[in-house]
Amino acid sequence: MSKAFLVLDDGRIFEGKSWAATGKTFGEAVFATGMTGYQETLTDPSYHKQVVVMTAPHIGNTGVNKQDNESSKIWVAGFAVRNPSSVTSNWRSNGSLEQELIDQGIVCIQGVDTRAITRHLRDRGAMRVGIFSGCDMTREAMVIEVRKSPAMTGAFLTADVSTPKPYVVKAKGAKKFTVAALDLGIKAATPRSLSERGVEVHVMPFDSSFEDIMAIHPDGVFLSNGPGDPSVMDDVVEKVRQLLNAQIPLFGICFGHQILGRALGFSTYKLAFGHRGINQPVMDKTTRKVEITAHNHGFALQAPVEGIFSTVYGRGEVTHFSLNDNVVEGLQLLDAPAFSVQYHPEAGAGPHDAAYLFDRFVNLMEKQAVML
Amino acid sequence: MPRDESIKSVLVIGSGPIVIGQACEFDYSGTQACRVLRAEGIRVILVNSNPATIMTDPEFADATYIEPITPEFLEKVIDKERPDAVLATLGGQTALNAAIGLHERGTLARYGVKLIGADVDAIERGENRELFREIVAKVGGESSKSIICHTMEQCLSAAEVLHYPVVVRPSFTMGGLGSGIAFDRSELEQIAGAGLRHSPTSEVLLEESIIGWKEYELEVMRDRNDNVVIVCSIENIDPMGVHTGDSITVAPAMTLTDVEFQKLRNLSLLIIREVGVDTGGCNIQFAVHPDTGRIIVIEMNPRVSRSSALASKATGFPIAKIATKLAIGYTLDEIQNDITKVTPASFEPTLDYVVVKMPRFTFEKFPDADPRLTTTMKSVGEAMAIGRSFSEALQKAMRSLERKEAPFSFPASTSEHSKEELLRSMAIPTEYRLKEVQQGLWVGATIDEVYQATRIDRWYLNQIEEINQAARDLALAIELDLDSLKQAKSLGFSDLQIAQIRGLSQDDVRKLRHRLNIRPVYKTVDTCAAEFEAFTPYHYSSYEEETEVRPRTKPAVIILGSGPNRIGQGIEFDYSCVHASFELRRMDFETVMINCNPETVSTDYDTSDRLYFEPLTLEDVLEVIHAETLAGPVLGVITQLGGQTPMSLAAGLKDAGVTILGTSPEAINMAEERGAFGSMLAEKGLTAPSYGMASTHQEALDIAHRIGYPVLVRPSFVLGGRGMEIVYDDSSLGGFISRATDITPDHPVLVDRFLDSAIEIDVDALFDGEELFLGGVMEHIEEAGIHSGDSACVIPAMTLTPDQNEEIRIATLKIAQGVDVRGLINIQFAMAEGVLYVLEANPRASRTVPFVSKATGVQLAKAAARIATGTTIAELKTEGILPNSQSATPRGVCVKEAVLPWNRFRRSDGRGVDAVLGPEMRSTGEVMGIAATFGESYAKSQISAFGPLPSSGKVFISLASKDKKYGVAPARALQALGFQLICTAGTAAFFAENGITTAMVRKNSEGPGLFGERTAVELINSGELDLIINTPVGRGTRQDGWLIRTAAVQRSIPCITTTAGFSAAVEGIAALQKGDLGVKSIQEWLL
Repeated sequence: MSKAFLVLDDGRIFEGKSWAATGKTFGEAVFATGMTGYQETLTDPSYHKQVVVMTAPHIGNTGVNKQDNESSKIWVAGFAVRNPSSVTSNWRSNGSLEQELIDQGIVCIQGVDTRAITRHLRDRGAMRVGIFSGCDMTREAMVIEVRKSPAMTGAFLTADVSTPKPYVVKAKGAKKFTVAALDLGIKAATPRSLSERGVEVHVMPFDSSFEDIMAIHPDGVFLSNGPGDPSVMDDVVEKVRQLLNAQIPLFGICFGHQILGRALGFSTYKLAFGHRGINQPVMDKTTRKVEITAHNHGFALQAPVEGIFSTVYGRGEVTHFSLNDNVVEGLQLLDAPAFSVQYHPEAGAGPHDAAYLFDRFVNLMEKQAVML
Repeated sequence: MPRDESIKSVLVIGSGPIVIGQACEFDYSGTQACRVLRAEGIRVILVNSNPATIMTDPEFADATYIEPITPEFLEKVIDKERPDAVLATLGGQTALNAAIGLHERGTLARYGVKLIGADVDAIERGENRELFREIVAKVGGESSKSIICHTMEQCLSAAEVLHYPVVVRPSFTMGGLGSGIAFDRSELEQIAGAGLRHSPTSEVLLEESIIGWKEYELEVMRDRNDNVVIVCSIENIDPMGVHTGDSITVAPAMTLTDVEFQKLRNLSLLIIREVGVDTGGCNIQFAVHPDTGRIIVIEMNPRVSRSSALASKATGFPIAKIATKLAIGYTLDEIQNDITKVTPASFEPTLDYVVVKMPRFTFEKFPDADPRLTTTMKSVGEAMAIGRSFSEALQKAMRSLERKEAPFSFPASTSEHSKEELLRSMAIPTEYRLKEVQQGLWVGATIDEVYQATRIDRWYLNQIEEINQAARDLALAIELDLDSLKQAKSLGFSDLQIAQIRGLSQDDVRKLRHRLNIRPVYKTVDTCAAEFEAFTPYHYSSYEEETEVRPRTKPAVIILGSGPNRIGQGIEFDYSCVHASFELRRMDFETVMINCNPETVSTDYDTSDRLYFEPLTLEDVLEVIHAETLAGPVLGVITQLGGQTPMSLAAGLKDAGVTILGTSPEAINMAEERGAFGSMLAEKGLTAPSYGMASTHQEALDIAHRIGYPVLVRPSFVLGGRGMEIVYDDSSLGGFISRATDITPDHPVLVDRFLDSAIEIDVDALFDGEELFLGGVMEHIEEAGIHSGDSACVIPAMTLTPDQNEEIRIATLKIAQGVDVRGLINIQFAMAEGVLYVLEANPRASRTVPFVSKATGVQLAKAAARIATGTTIAELKTEGILPNSQSATPRGVCVKEAVLPWNRFRRSDGRGVDAVLGPEMRSTGEVMGIAATFGESYAKSQISAFGPLPSSGKVFISLASKDKKYGVAPARALQALGFQLICTAGTAAFFAENGITTAMVRKNSEGPGLFGERTAVELINSGELDLIINTPVGRGTRQDGWLIRTAAVQRSIPCITTTAGFSAAVEGIAALQKGDLGVKSIQEWLL
């Protein structure tokens, strides 16, 4: 194993050993705290252009399998772990994680003090990073290269991750509704969750026009998660406003939540180090109950947590907030059929506490159907 | 939801004595509960019979009752204190059973007291197997096929349906007591028979076998708003078939994907809701098929458990503390996470490290016992270790066990055990199975072969193989360089292991390592994988880049704990360490605790200013001291409070330049070295029993003849009474030598004069170099020859004259001076025919310190810590820490009784081990009785330890010849109290000579009589007897006595094995007959 280096924008360098593919890779350094679900994390399009540092030390123990992928490929720009497993032990496994990473050309680093990196990112915020694996470069040269790489703020990444062509995920059992899911980086667990509730999901490219969407006669529109900065999504925001005007039931998660928020006129901002984990407590203001949820977001919505706000689409309110840091985690319109959450009700990976939100979406479509 | 203001006072039920399956983790949880409640301004009433607990310190409750935990006594306390609520979910199965008892006798309803935490219905649903299976089915889970049985006939026919092997699980018992796996009919008869007896409802469950499946446990918490979180997942390395308490376990689960883990999580949520645990913690166990992933829900505990304590220490999420807050009405989101300060408790801890727990066994104390691990828990303690990788944590855990043979070894010649032999032996789970696995892989077994033999997940096997590979690399390396040493250290190798591989000394490796600047860093347990800043310095070591030890300005005192609980070194020593920490914090020192026992109060991150969860080896301790020295001034290290473990480190620490506070290592050495200690005694004019050291059989005989029989013989190289025997003649001496030891000049045998029928006396005292303070003089109830830890004792001493007391005080002072003690000293004396003999002195905190402190209200351990840091006894008296007198005064009469684990062990043939006391300690815990008279106090101690003494009925008496004369008086008294006496022929005849008429019963060896007269064993099994008095003839399993005693243990009939115990029991019975044993709180006693 050759040496490898994880080099941060601010000049801090962690030395480790190469793992999986060698070479160089760049992205935004973020840490993810889930103890399970590395396969889902790797294949989650929201991690596009990010180098993910896993805080759990042992990664790869259960290998990879066909069923748990969240998309067709690994999206992370790089992967930093402490102790990758040299064997795979799980009855569902189809292969080793390292081989999968090599096959997909993912540059990784192992044997680094992942806790020290995490503490650094926590204190200084997410920043640019490079992994240099088996590269013969000076420390200075590596830092200079990292500083030349693009930053996350202002990044438009949706085109990279969105499906080029629409596809349909059939409803399980009797079909109740048709939903157009705007693919901003959608995970497989989302259409699956909807399909289990009798929803036929048409996953559509992010740049599908309002007319394209309406052409499938959707009962509702779903705005998916995805990578990048929500402030550069004006076209999609505009489309969402059209949908709001059309009174189509809307449900957004994560990036989709930020887009809905922007459509309502709120701004978004970058969090210092984001929320990336599957243990995040969120308070549902209406029930006063806490749900433990899966998060993966570096940006958040600026909206008033207390009280009712008004928008051009009528009144609205923040429905959920983070108990860790009071970040807005969900909102709904009171006079239009639209709501969104900042986190992942589809889990994959993570707890299923928030799965009820899909039911809420189905209810919303039912209500809307009755009204029409 | 804010707290329930209607609750103004709470009765907290403790867990009683330390027994296998229920240890000091419940002191940890109970102490947290008491603290939380008092901080809320709630009046706390506590009942716990265990004096060695922190929770029974008077400052932790408003009214502390050291009384038996039975519904009867609890009702008396309720009647007196009228609490608003009872909290029974933090005192283990004992408290839960007592609470159900209170419900069943109508006490709760009568006094209008509500159960908080879990109500009776929820307890029923969680614990009653039939109800629980229905719940599992209702929520869509699967249970293993099973059949409930109430009789042996039902068991036998159920086994036909389920096919052998079948698992037997009695209802309402703890620690898997009475459970086991039966492979055929005869095993089923034996295991299910015991199970039916142990179950308070005579109910056992027979289950299809899921041996070899993967085993998991989830710790779940729920609040009254129905918020549920999973605190921790625990994976057992030992697959199904070994009790969780006896399994090596890992947190978090290592071999599940998220999809599979979420299935367990979802089931857990559904189950806790359906069972209806309103608030608090519970744990749920699962089995997962390794090839198909089929999930079986095994069981749940609707209460805080041993695993909760482990999970709390493993995650930094204090389950008991939070469960208590939830019980009084708070919701999870209203409770702050202590460690981060900014985030709430309504989250799921995430770990960026690996935790390994290993059980600590003491099979050497029960040489007859079957060493196979089954579904009945047999371990007496556990060690936990934290590392940044599994290997690191595993190897640290193994050395934390403090067993020379526990850590992996890498012998250069591999011929010792063949691969086949190892594969065969590892197929049967025993204490050292993992070592066998490692050795097997070391000698060339493949991972697959080992997997087939053990069903241990291949991931773990591969980790062990990687450790072996690193050892091979180390052995082959041309020299130990930076990379190879770093690699080995990060896999958890100790300097000693590296030294052994390289043929060096541990010192050489340490010096080389320090020269290369390879030292551990200290990471923090913070519940959140560093997502938020941690404010609680709860550290563990790892060989990595960045350390998190913060600088400090206040001087630190480092306290070494006592490591895993074992027989002879348990909670009593943790008690002293905790007291030292509390007191020195109060005096504005920064206290630093080092310990590796997850069950204890000392490893609560709240106890000391800093906590290092580390093995107690010289290497690990020196590194912590080094790290703390870099952080700020270190006054020194206290080694005298944690028992033998830290004492044995003192000399090495001092050699490495560390300041030992209190008694010096030289003084410790002097007290332990017989020659030097003997000359000191002689110089001071004190008497010790004569003794000699024999290196041949003939020498042993010569010595025995010189000093006279009986003699106490033991191999000189073992400690703690192991292998010790009392022999009465030449032939048994010869027998001992040929049986018990290889006598050689290198391994001599110690032959001591045994003081037959002497009174044994235990003294705890403080000495500051000038002044002596006598903490307590305890008189043993059993005569000399029974290990002091197993003997009941009473304070104040009942039979000593004032002159004798003074003689003891003067002798104590002389010894303290002679040894040069600074702090605590424990001395054992024997008084025989008016002569005071010194048996041994230990210049450290003893097992009896907490008992004496409870009996007198004087906090000896606190005072010892102060003396160690330079305060004099005179100053402590001025401060009020010590009373202004020469000695402490006991309040009332206090009896300490030992609790023995006979019912846990069986021989390989399935029969019980002999329940007889001897010079080797075998008790796991103790209880205390406190009352105005000896009889009442003794009766209470017996009720607490073994269940009630009978106040009427039939008593069986069979005494050894040497004991018969001492049995006359108590037998006569018993008869006068209305008991019917039944004796074996010899005893009956002797009693008849002394004018006591008794009925006769045949010995077992005599067999049933011509007309069907029954034998003693048949009589016991018939259930007609209420009390059994049986003293053993010499040692060994003399058939008759052994059968009688094991039958008594199996039937749970009180069985007394000494005449002194017999006399005390009679006094206790007399007190019982007089009627009501009252209850009185410690606070009242101390008024």
